[in-house]
Amino acid sequence: MLIIVQLVLVVAVMVVSLALMRGGSNARHLAVRRMLLMIFAVVAALSVFFPEALTRVAQFLGIGRGTDLVLYGAVVSLFVFMATTYQRFRHAENALTKLSRRIAIDEAPKPNEFV
Amino acid sequence: MYNEATVVGSVVEGLRKQFPHVVCVDDGSTDGSQERARAAGAVVVQHPINLGQGAALQTGIEFALQDPELDCVVTFDADGQHRVDDAKAMVDRVLAGEADIILGSRFLDDRTKLSPAKRLVLKTAAVQSRLATGLDLTDAHNGLRAFNPYVASNIHLTQNRMAHASELVNQLAKLKPKYAEHPVEIIYTDYSKAKGQSLLNSVNIVAELFFK
Repeated sequence: MLIIVQLVLVVAVMVVSLALMRGGSNARHLAVRRMLLMIFAVVAALSVFFPEALTRVAQFLGIGRGTDLVLYGAVVSLFVFMATTYQRFRHAENALTKLSRRIAIDEAPKPNEFV
Repeated sequence: MYNEATVVGSVVEGLRKQFPHVVCVDDGSTDGSQERARAAGAVVVQHPINLGQGAALQTGIEFALQDPELDCVVTFDADGQHRVDDAKAMVDRVLAGEADIILGSRFLDDRTKLSPAKRLVLKTAAVQSRLATGLDLTDAHNGLRAFNPYVASNIHLTQNRMAHASELVNQLAKLKPKYAEHPVEIIYTDYSKAKGQSLLNSVNIVAELFFK
C-alpha cells in the first residue's frame, strides 16, 4: 500500500517537474510558476513555526518527516530554476546572434557588387 | 571559417575554379584567415564575435539569399575536408531539377576512411535521425550540401554550435523538399582531425537538441 503511494508521489514529482521545466516562456506560464514559488516559500516558512503540521501531511502521504516534503519541493524548484535559466540564456543567445548577423551582413559587400 | 589561415587560401582557390561566387563566413578568427580568404578571391562576411558553425552557416545562407540570381547554395568546409568535385556534381544535380537539396553521405561509397568508433557514432546518429524525423539518410551529420533558394529561404538555424546539422535535418523533415544523397569523400588530415569535434560532442548535441 505504502509503495503505491510512494510510486504515485514520485511520478507526480516527475510530471510536475517536467511540466514546469518545459512549460513555455509566455506570460501566463511565468505567472503560474511565480505563484507556485510564492506558495512554496510560504509553506516552507510556515513549516518552521508549525513543524507538526507538515509532518502530519507527510505521514499521510507516506513520507517520513515534514522536512523531507520540503526537501522534495526544493529539488523540484531547483530543476525548474535550471530549466528557466537555460531558457533565458537561449533567448539571449538568439538575440545576440541576430545582432551579430546583422552587423556581419551589413558590413560585407552586397552580392551584386562582386559579380 | 574559424582560424583556418593555413588552409583556407587553397580551399578557396580550389572552389573558385568551379564556382565564381565563394562566400566565406568568418566566425571571429584571430589568425588572419580573413585576409587569406579575401586574397584567394572569396567575399568575407565577418561575425564580430565567435558564434559557432551553425550560426556561420545561417549567416552565409542569408547573405546568399540577397542575390536575386541565386540558383544554388553549397555549404563547404573551410578546413579542406571536402572535395570540390563532389560539390560540383551535387550542384549539377540540383540545377538539373533532380532535387531541391542534395545531401552528402560518407557511407554511399568506400572512399572515406573512418575509425570504427566514429563510424558507429555517425551510423547511430543516422538511425536516430530516421526514427525522429522519418527522413531516411545514411549520413545525418554531413557538412557538404547543395540546395536551391526554395530550401535556403525555409531554413532557419537557431543552434549556433554543432547541433545545427541535426536541426537542419529536422527542418527538412517538416519542409519535405525533394531530396537525395550523393556519395562524398571526407578527407581526414592530421590537421583537420586535431581541430574537428570529438566524439564526446555528440553528448552536447543531444543535450542541446533536447532542451532546444
